[in-house]
Formats: sequence, structure tokens, C-alpha cells
Amino acid sequence: MARHSVLGAVLVGALALAGCGGAKVGDTSSGATGDCGTFNLAVNPWVGYEANAAVLAYVAEKELKCKVTKKELKEEVAWQGFGTGEVDAVVENWGHDDLRKKYIDEQKTAVSAGSTGVKGQIGWYVPPWLAKEHPDILDWNNLNKYADQFKTSESGDKGQLLDGDPSFVTNDEALVKNLNLNYKVVYGGSETALIQAFRQAEKDKKWVIGYFYSPQWLLNEVKLEKVKLPEYKAGCDTDAEKVACDYPDYDLDKIVSKKFADANGPAYNLVKNFKWTNEDQNTVAKYIAEDQMKPEDAAKKWVEANADKIKAWTAKA
Amino acid sequence: MVAVAAPRQLPRKTLVLGGIVVAWLALWLVFRNVGTLPLDASALTPLHRWVNEINDAVGASRNSNPLFLYFFNEIRLVIDEFVTFVQALIAQPSFGRPVPVIGWLGVVAIAGFVSLAVAGWRIALLSIAGFVFLGLQGLWQESMDTLSLTLAAVLISLLFGIPLGIWAGLSDRANRVMQPVLDFMQTMPTFVYLAPLTLFFLIGPASATIATLIYAAPPAIRITAHAIRSVPHDTVEASESLGATRKQTLVKVLLPSARKTIVLGVNQTIMAALSMVTIAALIDAPGLGKTVVKALQTLDVGTAFNAGLAIVVLAIVLDRVTTAATERRNLPRWALFAGLGVTGVCVYLSYTYLWAAEFQTDVEIGSSIRKGATAVTEWAQDSLPLITGGFKDFVTFALINPLQALLAESPWFLVALVIVALSFLIGGVRSAVVSAVCLGLLVATGLWQDAMITLASTLVATILVMILGIVVGVWMGRSRSADRFIRPILDAGQVMPAFVYLVPFLALFAATRFTAIIAAVVFAAPVAIKIIADGIRAVSPATVEASTALGSSSWQTIVKVQLPMARGALTLAANQGLIYVLSMVVVGGLVGAGALGYDVVAGFSQSNLYGKGLAAGVAIVVLGVMLDRLTQAAAKRWTN
Repeated sequence: MARHSVLGAVLVGALALAGCGGAKVGDTSSGATGDCGTFNLAVNPWVGYEANAAVLAYVAEKELKCKVTKKELKEEVAWQGFGTGEVDAVVENWGHDDLRKKYIDEQKTAVSAGSTGVKGQIGWYVPPWLAKEHPDILDWNNLNKYADQFKTSESGDKGQLLDGDPSFVTNDEALVKNLNLNYKVVYGGSETALIQAFRQAEKDKKWVIGYFYSPQWLLNEVKLEKVKLPEYKAGCDTDAEKVACDYPDYDLDKIVSKKFADANGPAYNLVKNFKWTNEDQNTVAKYIAEDQMKPEDAAKKWVEANADKIKAWTAKA
Repeated sequence: MVAVAAPRQLPRKTLVLGGIVVAWLALWLVFRNVGTLPLDASALTPLHRWVNEINDAVGASRNSNPLFLYFFNEIRLVIDEFVTFVQALIAQPSFGRPVPVIGWLGVVAIAGFVSLAVAGWRIALLSIAGFVFLGLQGLWQESMDTLSLTLAAVLISLLFGIPLGIWAGLSDRANRVMQPVLDFMQTMPTFVYLAPLTLFFLIGPASATIATLIYAAPPAIRITAHAIRSVPHDTVEASESLGATRKQTLVKVLLPSARKTIVLGVNQTIMAALSMVTIAALIDAPGLGKTVVKALQTLDVGTAFNAGLAIVVLAIVLDRVTTAATERRNLPRWALFAGLGVTGVCVYLSYTYLWAAEFQTDVEIGSSIRKGATAVTEWAQDSLPLITGGFKDFVTFALINPLQALLAESPWFLVALVIVALSFLIGGVRSAVVSAVCLGLLVATGLWQDAMITLASTLVATILVMILGIVVGVWMGRSRSADRFIRPILDAGQVMPAFVYLVPFLALFAATRFTAIIAAVVFAAPVAIKIIADGIRAVSPATVEASTALGSSSWQTIVKVQLPMARGALTLAANQGLIYVLSMVVVGGLVGAGALGYDVVAGFSQSNLYGKGLAAGVAIVVLGVMLDRLTQAAAKRWTN
């Protein structure tokens, strides 16, 4: 018994000795926060959004000395956060007329903070090899000709039109019906399912047609081609059952909470002034998705190369 | 010998069963695609709209309603404080310090010491190795965030779960009321209540904790109740005849005898809590889940796998510690004191010195794990799809399509009639009534056809689960070394976030119902395998030896002795397999299953589909309850 306690004591002593070297906690002080206060930035789950959020967060932290809290949320939950005061800004919004109606018009907890400058496009896409070998497939009038090629185990005797994440608006079922296409909409259910399908289609020269959108980081890697649907005219998509036209172009915008806008602080000013291009976003998205940089590092790299744009965003109104 | 045996008469039940199926097929041919109650993906029923309105009304009144101001807010505050406190201790910079109160060395020492005290030397070494591994993966802080949230959710679950379980164990009435509620909590897809939760408890640790405990508390309650009920009657009677009060009987007799089983309940609660890590990340729960979700946006399987592996390591450590804790053990006093001393020193060091507070990043294996996982995935995606695609097509055309055609293309009343008749055959009037009520509810949700499509896939997945369960379970039950080798893989299958392996699966099997089925099998088969393996091992060695001595081959011993004697385990495996498969329906909706799973996902993503998503969630619960009651009735009949 006694021998064991000696052993224990020696062990404890050795450990204590080992610890006597090295820097102590608190030797270096952490950075101070400025007068901007806390900025609650929602981060919706796609890379393009992440690019917007990363750059905004970087500028807010470094230039305006805000304390930025990023909250990773789906759109629905993020908008809900405007009312509960948990979210200050959503910085890439794709349409979402239902949410606008609910939170901007009815509950009046959110307001628009203008365009991000990025144009969003939704539509039907095919892999580049297909567009090259059968150029006429890019016109919807010829889709029925190829329907057999798009058959899968899920689509029965029709061609498969693959849909993805239900977060985005889709009129595809109505479109197929109203354009008399011999296709069946198969719900992949996630962006991951779409990306894998297109990647593989290009690599193995498989026949895939599906719902997709730009800007999206995959388009840097696989240059999907958009199929031309009947042209969009204002109002042609009001009746969801009767839609027979292409999706509109989306002017992706920023939504902020009413409180945040009314307080009119430096962070709000930054969000309001934030505006860049599809190209800018693609650059940062590429850093994140393909070069696997951390969002902060990606933002830093871009910000340092684009000081003039930052100046315009941070200028006092 | 076979030739001598007289041809056995087919039992009457089998004939009736055959008759029902034949009649169904005939009527299916006649009535195909009539009365199938379909509903388009974007279409809604009045019920769905009504739920939407309620949801909106609740959201709009959030800031004025006293129920929110004084009730939910208070709960939220308490839970938020608690979780933040645990995070401050081990995960997040706190109290004006750039690092948490206890650094990595302290946490490792505490983990080792607690394991030593409750589970012995070997497990203590395992936990120390496990926790150091988390640091080496480069995921120390994320792992500690996950651990904090899990511990908080588990503690709160047990705080309520064990008393409730004791109550349900003592009172039949309480038990009857609680059962359906627990069924609901376990099978209702989390996606359905995730968004409303943030309305009630805001975005933050409270919502994430509550989402986790809704799913994790039921096992603790169920197993505690079961434990109390299984204490032998004689023991209780003896105690009562000695003049003990009810309270004394509970504290002195029931709880100590049930202790071992209750610890198993704790174990199951921890596992369930860990399986929620990724879903909770969708409402900003901190930790490993976030790493997984983020990595998947760019299909970075390597990073997602690394984080998933950390969850698996945490799960295995916590599982082994709690399992070993069911055995009482007495450590020599000197070991306890020495351990306590070392732990104290380590905690102090990790409080004071940076090297012991922050895990050093110069030694790390995370990047090799990431690269390895990426390479394996790429290899599989490049070289296997031809074979796997063929297999997928075969199963789809031979099994899924026919079953789905029969269920989803028959008129609803025909399917309902067949199910009620089968239920009557299996479990008598009681079962028939339960099934009839469930089917009625399914029609009421407005999602009948979707429910039938989901049912078809669920049945196929369960069949595959049982095939795997029997093959691997028998193997593990007969061979200790196979068991030791396979068990960690099964643990990984249960807690590895589904999406990590779904990315390569999507490449192998495309976005199809089959991919969804495989995902469900990966998650559900481990449970079935473990139950069957334990059942096979429980068959008395004497019986097996007798069979071998009579000259039976291994095959004969398995088929004629071990499997029939383990039929209790087989039915339990089928029952649990089904429930686990159903809990993957929503994940299936993310990879091409469509139907109910997709409806739930869509309801989470689009506010105008919320009501439909909720209805789909209810439909999943109803399917679960119906199948659970049916398999239990069948089990009763077969095992008696």
C-alpha cells in the first residue's frame, strides 16, 4: 500500500514539474471590440451566401470593429429570427415572396436593404457534353425527342427531370404538364443529390437533365448549359398551376430586421451599401469550395485585393 | 428421413392469408389506379392550410403572448444558462479568458478518472486515447461543444426521464398514457418541430438542447419503466411482507435491483442524443454537426468524415463507459486517490498554462484522415457505379416497384381492408381495431398515396435489415472474435451522420428510392444485428453442444436449434429494425425517396408547405405505431 502512495506522489510531482514551463493563460490580451456593437448575421446553407457573409463579416470586424455573431440557419428559421431579435441580416435572398409577405408586409419585423448586385438564375440544365453532342437539346421544343434517353429506375416510362432542395421555388411539375413534356419530376431532395448527379453525368457521359441555378460553385467546375424554356414575361407565373414559362431572373437582395434598420448603426450601413457582382461572388465562392479556404481567409484575400469596393461600402451615408 | 415424413397439412391461417393476397392481386388488376388518393407535390388540403394559419398566428403573437413571455422564456433562460455554463467550463473562451476554464489536459484527465472510477482500467485508457484522438483530429473545440450540448441534453433528459420512468414502472395507468406520447416523440421527424422550436425557444443552445432531448429522453423513460417492472415479484413481496413502506420498497429494493438496466437506459439516451448532432446544427447548434453540414455544402466528404469520425469516437467512449458502469467494481482506495490527485494537477495545469489549455496543432492526423476519406470516396465513385447501378436496378424492378405498385396503385379502401384483415389474423380484434384507426388517420392526413410509397420502401428496407441481421448476427453470436471486430463498425453505422456516407452513395446509386433504402439499412441493421447476436449467444451452450454431439452440421445447428430458440430476439430485431428504418424516412427524402420524407423536408424549407410537412410527420408516426403494434402482436403469437 505504502509503495503505491509513493508512486502516486511521484507521479503527481512529475506532472506538476512538467507544467511549470510554458506561457500562461492571459499573458496576451485578446482584441477589443469597438462601438459598433454586436452584429447577428444569418448564414444560410449554400456557398454563394457564405461568400457574401464572409466578406461582410470580415469588413464589419476589421474595419468597423463590430462583434460579429454568425448564425448558421435555413432561410425559414433565419427570417423567423427577425421577429425574435436573434437575426439582424440575411444577405442573399432568392425571391421568397411568401416570406416577404409574412415578415415584411404582415408582421412588419423585416425590411429590404436593397440588391446585392448578384443576379440569380433558375432553370433546367444539362451537362456540357450533352449540350455539345446534341445542341438542339437546349431548346425545350426538342425535349420530348430525347425523353427516352432520360429514363431512370425512378421515372417509369418517362424521362426523368431531377429536382433538388425544396428550399428553392420550383414550378417544374406544372411546367412539365403545361408544356406537354413526356417527363416525370423526380425529387432528389437536396442540393447534394443534384451536384452528384451532374458531376457524374459529365464524367461518365450520362443523360441527366435537372433543376439548377447560378451563381453556384459547381458551375466553375462543370459548365452546365441552360435549356431554353418559353420566355418569361411579367405575370406569366402568377397562377402556379398554369405556369408555362421560364423562371424570372432574380435580383438577389438583402433583408434586415426592422430594429436593425431603425438603429441605423455602422453595421446596417455596411449591409445597405454592400453590392458586388456575380464575378466577385464566384471568386470568393471558388476560394471556399474548390481551394478549401476558410471563409475568413477567403474574405481576407478578396478584401485585400479590392480595397476600393470596400471603401464605398463603409463610406458614411 | 424427409421422404418418410407425412405431408403436413397446411394450417388454415396460411390458407386464409394466401386467399387474401390472391384476392388483393385480382382486385388490383381490376381497380388499378382508382381511388389512390394522390396529392401533387405543391398541392395542399384544407387541413394543411389550417395548420399553416395556426403556425403563422403563433409566430405573429410571439412578442405579446404571456405564455411566451413568462413560460417559454423562463425555460429558455434556464437551459441557455446551463448549456453556456458547461460550454464555459470545457469548450468556449469564458470569464474574460481567451480559453475555457478547463483545457484539453484537464478534460482528458477528468474523462480518464471518471472512467477509471466507474468502468475500470481498460476503459479509462480507452477514454483517454479517445479524447486525445479528438484533439489530434484538429477538432478539440468542436468536440467539446458537442460534448457540452450532449451532456446538458442527457442530464435534463435523465432529470425528468428517470422519475417519469419510475412512475410508469409503478403505475399501469401512467404507463398507458405515456406509451403513445413516447412513440410520438421518437418517431415524429425532428424537421417537423425544428422551426417551431426556434419560435418558442429562440435560436440558440436552448432550442438545440430541447430538440435533442425530445428524441433522447424516451429511451431513458422506457428502459427505466421496463427495469422497474422486471424486478421479480417475489422480491417486492418479500420486502412488503417485512413491513416496508412503498417508499422504502422503491428506494431499497426496486431501484437497486433495476440499477443495471437503468444504466442501459442512460446509455441509450446518450447514443440518441449524439445521433441528433447534425440535425441540431441546422438551428445553429455549436459543435461537430456544424462542421459536417458546412463541409457537405461543397461535397467535401473528407472533412465531413473527419468530423463524423469524432462523433463516432465520442459515442464509442461514452457507450463503453456507461456499459461497463453496469457492473459494480471496487477500485483500491490508493488508485482512486492517486487518480484524483493526478486529475487535480492536470486540471490546474490546463487552467493556468496555454500548452495544456489549447490543443497544440503541430501534431495532428486530421488532414491525413481527410485525405484518406476523400481518396477512398473518389475511388469508389470512379470504379463502382457500373456494378452498384446494376444492383440498384435489379432491386428496384424486382422488389420496390412491384410492392409499391401494389400498395400505392390499389384503391385506398382495398389496401385498408387487406391490412385490417391481416391484422385480425395476426392479433385478433384488438390489432384489427388499432390498424383501422391508424389507416383512418392516414387518410385524414391527405397523404395516403405518399404514405403507401413510403410504406413500400420501408418494408423493403426492413427485409434487407433482417437478412443482414440474421447473417451477421448469427456470425457474431457464434464467434467472439467476429463480435469484437464487427461491433465498433456497427456503432459507427449508428452514430456516423448519414450525410457523410450518402454523398458517395448518391454517386453509386443516384438520387433514387434505393439510395434512401440503403441509408436506412446502414442505420437500422446495426440494431437488428446486435439484438440477434445477443439472442444467439443467449441460447444455452448445453443445447448447442447436444445438437453438435448428435452429429448436426453447423448449418443444421443454426437453422434447427439456434435461430428457433432465439426467436424472441428475431421478433424484437424486426420490430426495432422497422422503427429505425422509419426514423430514416426523412433522410431518405433528401436523397430521392420522395413521398413522406420529401414532404417533411419541403415543409421545413417552405413556409407555405409547413402544414403539409406536419401532416407527413404525423403520417410517419401513424405508420410507425401501426407497424410496431402489428409486429409486437405477431411476436407474442410466435414466441408463445
